[in-house]
Order: sequence, then structure tokens, then C-alpha cells
Amino acid sequence: MSDYLIQQIVNGLSLGSLYALVAIGFSLIYGVIRLVNFAHGDLLMIGAFMTFGLVASDLVPWAAIPLLVLAGGFLAGGLIERVAFRSISGAPMITGFIVTLSASVAIQNLALIFLGSQPRNFNFPEVFRMRLPIGGADVALIDLVIPAVTLLCALALTTFIRKTRAGIAIRAVAENPFAAQLMGISIGRLVFLVFAVGGALAALAGLFWSGKYGQINPLMGFLPGLKAFVATIIGGVGSLPGAIVGGYILGFSEIAFVGFLPPEYSGYRDAFVFGLLILILLVRPQGLFGEAEQERA
Amino acid sequence: MKIPALSPLQAFFLLVAVMAGLVLAVTASGNGYFQTFAALTLINVMLAVSLTMTNGFTGMFSLGHPAFMTLGAYVTILFTYPVGRKGFAMPALPEIIAQIHLPLPVAALVGGLFAALTGWLIGRLVVHLQTHYLAVATLGLIIVVQTFALNLDGLTRGGRGITGVPREATLSLIGVCTVLVIVLCWRIKHASLGRAMLAVRENEMAARCFGIEAFRVKLLAFILGAGIAGFCGALLPHVVSVMSPKSFGLILAFNLIAIIVVGGQGSIMGAILAAVFISVGSESLRRVEESTGVYGVTQVIVAVALISFLLVRPKGLFGLKEPFIRTS
Amino acid sequence: MLRVEDLHVTRGRTKVLDGIDLTVETGEIATLIGANGAGKTTMLMALSGLLPVASGRLELNTPDGPLDIARTGPVDLVRAGIVHCPEGRQIFGRLTIEENLQLGAYLSDDRAGVARAVSGIYDRFPILGERRAMKAGNLSGGEQMMLAIGRALVAEPKLLLLDEPSLGLAPQITEEIFGFLEELNREQEVTMLIVEQNAMLALELADRAFVLETGRVVLNGTGKELLDDPAVYEAYLGVG
Repeated sequence: MSDYLIQQIVNGLSLGSLYALVAIGFSLIYGVIRLVNFAHGDLLMIGAFMTFGLVASDLVPWAAIPLLVLAGGFLAGGLIERVAFRSISGAPMITGFIVTLSASVAIQNLALIFLGSQPRNFNFPEVFRMRLPIGGADVALIDLVIPAVTLLCALALTTFIRKTRAGIAIRAVAENPFAAQLMGISIGRLVFLVFAVGGALAALAGLFWSGKYGQINPLMGFLPGLKAFVATIIGGVGSLPGAIVGGYILGFSEIAFVGFLPPEYSGYRDAFVFGLLILILLVRPQGLFGEAEQERA
Repeated sequence: MKIPALSPLQAFFLLVAVMAGLVLAVTASGNGYFQTFAALTLINVMLAVSLTMTNGFTGMFSLGHPAFMTLGAYVTILFTYPVGRKGFAMPALPEIIAQIHLPLPVAALVGGLFAALTGWLIGRLVVHLQTHYLAVATLGLIIVVQTFALNLDGLTRGGRGITGVPREATLSLIGVCTVLVIVLCWRIKHASLGRAMLAVRENEMAARCFGIEAFRVKLLAFILGAGIAGFCGALLPHVVSVMSPKSFGLILAFNLIAIIVVGGQGSIMGAILAAVFISVGSESLRRVEESTGVYGVTQVIVAVALISFLLVRPKGLFGLKEPFIRTS
Repeated sequence: MLRVEDLHVTRGRTKVLDGIDLTVETGEIATLIGANGAGKTTMLMALSGLLPVASGRLELNTPDGPLDIARTGPVDLVRAGIVHCPEGRQIFGRLTIEENLQLGAYLSDDRAGVARAVSGIYDRFPILGERRAMKAGNLSGGEQMMLAIGRALVAEPKLLLLDEPSLGLAPQITEEIFGFLEELNREQEVTMLIVEQNAMLALELADRAFVLETGRVVLNGTGKELLDDPAVYEAYLGVG
């Protein structure tokens, strides 16, 4: 295999993992409350800045940072639920949208105010920027760590959803919240949990993003968040395996577009992603693993 | 005190009178800042009223207005930019177009038509989508248009943007256009098309039972909205003399949504009042931002205000009603 | 066990329950019959905490003393032993039979006890046991009803609320289900409040019956008494 191809595959795995981590949150949240959380992408930004802050402050050993970022994302996700979503539960969908869009704008601008609009550069410890020879190509260690950790998270989450009481409860609420309440399940607590878990994973994606690209800024979450939502749609909204598969499909497609077309087209990568979205919505709106939704009255 | 209710015709004359008075007063004052601010506010009014028609009447949630504005702007500039410099600034422009110069009103119509055409092409693909998919698709459209604008730099000068756009958008021109747009949307609302749109919003399936072709109605609303947005997008750079791919983006989409929510999702008068109110408010806050150097506060305030508004008064100030005007 | 006094419940702007009085003694089967829209489902939803009570007394007698249902949330009501088996069964089609049953005992921390209860359901309904790893959506109507009841029983209910158990089921299956309910009441003394449109079956099964009409109890008595009552016959039993 040519080393160029190997490099592209690794890039695809790496980018796909980032999308998958964010897409999982979208899918879980949508599955439970049937609402798209526009503010979800900003959790990636929060995770990235948290990483930056922890690395720069030099207070904690490196090994502890990912755990702290996960915890921070968990809390941030839960906070968004409490503040923005709790108050509008039961309102029509358009209200939900506007509220989550507002929350996203608020978060981005609060970050602008307190963190400034200048992008910050920073680097992970030397070890992650190490390059390994794989089949003739020179691959950055971080691009291998990212998919490995992501797949571990995916495995852990899938086990959680399949086997634990809370996981079964989440699936029950996603199917029929009314009947779920009759079992004594507290919907409010479950929604909080789903937001928090999604938030933790998105924050982790932010940590990886900052390590991979070395630059962060307060508005960095918006576009990846939207693209992760496209990944969610590809896999089927509400489906956990769908979110993961969709993330990788999008990651590989985007890398293929940039890697195998002449360089003058590479600026169009974002247009490609959204063109893909329109195509999917026309051809198979329920995505790969989703269920065909009923027509709205 | 009994508030008088005007007939639509009386309201129209009042509108024309107020607009004429405003335009004359601001122009006569000679104050460049006020002139620019008034122009931008009126454009916001047009955008808000057209979005009320696209989103408010039919219940769609399209965030696409900025994309159509960008399209309208660039196409129009191709025809209004001084011929002498066009070849240099936009090298990829075909000779025929490089030689043509059109006055702003005509060029803006071309821009608006181009935007409407795009609205038709895209609208056919997306208006049937459910709320969240339509929202994301139209957000994606903003990004797609920005991407093309950035990359086709032979026509648009890409990220460098275009400076020196002739300031042909006089306040009187904008005033006239605003009145026309308001009248157009008002007429639509109170005609059978408007009633069809509202029916689709309330209950699409029931509307279909009455023979209303929901798809066609929504598509028409989408195209009209796109055309007006394109037209407004064409006017704006001719006020401020610059245009860049990122001029019209998420922030604008968000502010427009805020205006619609506050004004009431189907009220034209509400949209006008809200547009004026929010324009004035944002501009004041923006000046505070500039003087203190803290950027971003305006948007946070708008966002928080919007959430609060939705909690307290989800139908906006006026809902579907047109206050003070008797509609039979 | 259950005492309802002058209960008023509104949904939106409509007053659905307009002063209900009823009691259910421990160990008995009570039934609430009436036409569509009389307020039967609303009654059960108020009892399981899913609808707020406008006014009136709603009390459950527990070993720890009386519980004010109106002030208790749905989660605590399930804990107290009020289990609601909803209209149309509403089992979770995308989950397996086993998962459905486990969910019935969601609040219990005694997982060994839950496992025992679940296998008890499999003993009683062997067909559920055979298909335990199958998705519940593939079951027939009658089998779903068994699953719904099984799911409710795993929670070890003190008061079992059933909303129209006969809905959409073939007559033979319905008879089987009602036979099972009777057996359950006889052998394990499970107290039940059954809301039914099929008045005949309900009155034959019940110890005590209440007739609900536009938000009020207009008639009450033992099942037998109402079966023989000509007014009831005309209104509710003619169409059976």
C-alpha cells in the first residue's frame, strides 16, 4: 500500500473519531427528547479550552487531564440541560430550536468575552507529536491514539446502553416516555444524564482536536458541531451505532475528497459535506440505522 | 382611551408619510452616521418582514436568508462595480459582463432574481423536510455559499473581499423598496396564498385535505423569501461600500430569528417594530462594546433576552395579529 | 386501601373529573366502567401521579400510614406500590421481553429478587419465557397483554391499575386474560382497579363496580348488582 494511502486512512480514522465522539451526543439527546441540541458543538470548544487551561497552568500531571476534561464536559453538558432545556420541556419543537441556537450563540460569545477572539496555539507533550513509521508512511502518534480511545469509549458506552439498568431506561424513554414514567423512571434525571454523557464525549473530542490541530478559538465548535450533526444523520438520528459509523463515514469521505481530488478543490471540503447532507436527506433521510419517521401532520 | 384602528388604506398612507418624513429628515441632517444607520435599519425591516413570510406564515424554520443575501450581493456587484476597475479586481469575469454597467435598482433586481432562482433549486430539495433537518440544511447552505464565495476568488476576490463598491444605495431608494416589500408581504398575507400558508403552518395534513398543496405553498414562500433576501443583500454593500464572504452569516440569521420571535411569528407590524427596536438596541450596545473593548456582549444579551422572551411570551408581541389595523 | 373523595381533575381548560367518590378495599377487584370520554383514563393517570389534582382527597392506605397521592410524584407512587398498566399495553417494542420485564422492577435494588420475580412470570406465561430474548414488538396482541401484566407484576404492586385490558384483543384471548386476573386476585390477593369499556366482562369479574358518566360516579354497587340493573343493561350492556 502506498504511504500516501496509509496516511489518508489514518487521517480518516482520526477525523472520523472526532466526529463520532460528538455525534454520539447528538444522537443520544435526540433519541431521548427529540430535539437537536445546537449547543452541543460548543462543548467541543469548552473541552479544548479546558485542556489548554490545564496544560498551561501546569498544576496537574498529564495523565489526569483527560479525566478532568471528561468530568468538566459532563458538568457542562448537564448545566446546559438545566439552564436551557429544563425550562422549555413540553414546548413545541421550534421553540426548542431557537432556545438551543440561542444557547449556542450565548456560549460562543461568552467565550469571546472572557477568552478573547485571538486563537491560541499550544502543543501536547512531545511524546504525542512523535511520528511512527507504518508501512512506509510517517504517522503521528496522536492520530493513532485518537481512534483507539474513541473505539474504547464507543465500546464502553454500548455496553452501558445494552446492559445496565440506566442504559435500558434510556432506550425505554427514547421509545415511549409516558410508559417509561409508569415504571418509576424519572425522565428529568435521565435527560440530565444523557446531556452530561454527551457533553463529556464532546469535551474529549475537544481535547483531541486541540492536540491534533494545535490551535483553538472560541468559535471553533460551530462548524465541527454542524458536521457532526451531518454524521448523525448519515448514521440515523437516535441510533448509537449509527452515530459512530456515521462519524467515520463522514471523516473518511471528507479526507477522501481532499486527498484524492486536485488541490484546487480542497477549499470546497465544507461545501462537499453539506452537499452530502442534502443528498442523504433526499435519498435516505432516516440514515443507515434509523427508523423511517412518520410524516408530520 | 380607545386606540383607533386604521383601515389598511389609511395605514398605507401613514406608512408612506412616515417613511418620507424619515428619509427627508435624515438626509437633510447631513449626518453620515445616521444615514448609514437608518439605511441598515430599513434593510433589517425588509429582511424581517420577508422572513416573517417565509418562516412565520408557513411554519418552516429556514435559516437560509444570509446565504441568499450573499448570492444577491455578489451577483449585483458584478454589474454595479465601476467598469474600469472590474477587469482588474475580478479577473475571471467574462468580457461581456465586464463591460456592462447597470444602475443599482436594476442590478439589484438581477441579484434578487438570481437568489430566487437558487431558492427554487434548493427549495425543491429541502422544503418538505422536517423542522430540524430544514434548519441544518439551510445553515449548511450558508456555509456552502460562503465556501464558494471564498474559493471563486476570480469573481469575488475571495477572502480579501471587495472594497470600493459604489455607494448608490440612497436612503430614498431604500425607503421606497421598504414600502414596496411591506406592501407585497401584506397583500400576500391577506390573499388566498397567505391563508394557504397559515393553514399549512397550523396543520399541514388538514390543509392537504382541503386541496392545499403544501409543498407548492412552502416552495413559493421559500422562493419569495430568497428573492427578497437576495435583493436586500444586494443593497447592503452599496451602503457600506464593502462586501466579503463572511459578511452575512450565522449572527445575522440568529438576529433575524430573534426579531421574528419578538415581533410575533406571523405579524408584519410586529416584525417592523421588532426590527427597529432590535436594530437600535444592538447598535447602542455595539457602541458600548467598542468603547469598552469587550466584544460579544450584544449577542449574549440578545440570546438571553430571546430565551426569556420565549419562556414568557412564546407567541411574541403580537402573534399573528396586526395591531391598530382593521383587517376584515 | 384506596380512598377517593370529591376528586376534581382538569386537563387544559376542561374539567374532566367533577367530584369523584370511590373506595377500593384491600384484596378486592374494583372496576370503573363508562363510555368514552367519561374520564376513566384520567382517573388512573391522577392515581399514578401523571396528572395534577385540582382538589379533593386521594389516599392510599399503606402499612406506614396513609399516603397522600395528590402530593406524591410518579416515581414515589410506583415505590409505594401503585402500578399502572396503560391503555393499549404500551410495551417497549424495541426492547426484548426480558428487558421489558426487568424495567418493571426498575426501582428495585434487590436484583436477585427481581430475577426471581421475572422467572415467576416465565413460569406463569411460558410463551414469554420461550421468547425472552426476542424483541417485544414481535408479539401478538394477547402476548403483549401478558407481557404488560407481567411487567406490572414484577414491581410487586399493592394496587394494580389496568386501563382497558380488553382493548383490541380477540374475545377468546380476553377471556383468558380476565381469567388470569381473577386467579391472580384469588391466589395472591392483588388489589386491582380495572377501567373497562367491555362492561359485561368487567362486571362479571369485579367485586365492586362504579359507573362513570361525564366526570361523576353515577352508580355504584357490587359487580353482580350492576349486572342485574336494567339501567346499566340498557346503557352499557346492550352493545356488550
